[in-house]
Amino acid sequence: MITIRKFYYGDYGESKLGSSSDNETSSSPSGVGGEWPLWEVFIRSKQGLDHKHAGSLHAADATMAIENARDVYTRRMEGISIWVVESKHIHASNPDDADALYDPANDKAYRHPTFYNLPDAVKHM
Amino acid sequence: MNLEENFQQKVDDEIKIEPKDWMPEKYRQTLIRQISQHAHSEIVGMLPEGNWITRAPSLRRKAILIAKVQDEAGHGLYLYSAAETLGISRDEMYDQLHTGKAKYSSIFNYPTLTWADIGAIGWLVDGAAILNQIPLCRTSFGPYARAMVRVCKEESFHQRQGFELLLTLSQGTEAQKKMCQDAINRWWWPSLMMFGPNDDASPHTAQSMKWKIKRFTNDELRQKFIDMIAEQVKVLNMTLPDDELKWNEERKHYDFGKINWEEFWQVVGGNGPCNKQRLDARKNAWADGEWVREAATAYAEKKLAKQTTNAA
Repeated sequence: MITIRKFYYGDYGESKLGSSSDNETSSSPSGVGGEWPLWEVFIRSKQGLDHKHAGSLHAADATMAIENARDVYTRRMEGISIWVVESKHIHASNPDDADALYDPANDKAYRHPTFYNLPDAVKHM
Repeated sequence: MNLEENFQQKVDDEIKIEPKDWMPEKYRQTLIRQISQHAHSEIVGMLPEGNWITRAPSLRRKAILIAKVQDEAGHGLYLYSAAETLGISRDEMYDQLHTGKAKYSSIFNYPTLTWADIGAIGWLVDGAAILNQIPLCRTSFGPYARAMVRVCKEESFHQRQGFELLLTLSQGTEAQKKMCQDAINRWWWPSLMMFGPNDDASPHTAQSMKWKIKRFTNDELRQKFIDMIAEQVKVLNMTLPDDELKWNEERKHYDFGKINWEEFWQVVGGNGPCNKQRLDARKNAWADGEWVREAATAYAEKKLAKQTTNAA
């Protein structure tokens, strides 16, 4: 049985998150001890590419998070699109579970094209 | 293998440590101290340069300086975020800075007396910082390494604009040449101190090297910097204020004079020319910004309440 425990990107202890830790629907704008909440920033560097995690920042709300992300992470044309997600909404797998989680993929070499021996005469494959 | 051995094995194998991985408490504490102090240095470092924004000699220079100071703010934010992944909050770090518990690079406790100082800071101070920072792009803690990759990408313009600024002065009037030499004279020794105490007086170096937080010792990096600058200064037709600076054919390095460590420890201890001024500026900015932080929170709460009402 694989259990996915909830962690935060920032590795805060759950106790520090106060009331917002497991009640995500009624989130409050103030984060840890009156700090503005932490946001994770994802940037699309150009049309056609995925948004990629760029870093994090604090902001009072999503609008401010995007504006700050623009100033902090795209000062040199690094992006044309920004996503922000409050860090507490990120669920992550636990590194301690890595063996159990990824082990099933280890012994399935036949999922890779190089597993198959074909004669040199076969072209375009 | 116990947890600690497993951790060291990963470090030895150049596998990056990520925030949720097990790590020795001492590793966590060392990184929190180093990254937060690095962040504080970026933020406090905005002050001596900000001093000249309104007095830059041309629009071109002014735009460059604003961009550079804005970069420093960004670097501070990358680094604060990296430190936060280790479990310390942003406010705790600010508090440590404001109460004097956390240090920042002592170089920023020196004043910027003339416009040439902006050039000297870019060339010497940022030059020294780059040598420290390049190996940190490969440091063992993932978020710190990623932050440093960003910082290094942006830092190289800082050094080049500084050198260009000094080069312009060095080809100017007699007064400009004098101003250029004077700035180099004042910033040279403090820049050498940026690499930290000599290796035999730096007790944490061995552990930090074992954990691959550091890749080179203070003295190795300092020597590299001196060798580099001793050549570059010739292009400026200026000199470095050290009579003992001489190429050593045997060592294949420049020999240099004695660093005044007494001065270094005085500045670290709070007795530099601008320590109080810098810290007061930070504390005032934090206190004066309190109503802004509160207002933004109140506004966000109000918007959220409105949304909830509309949805119901």
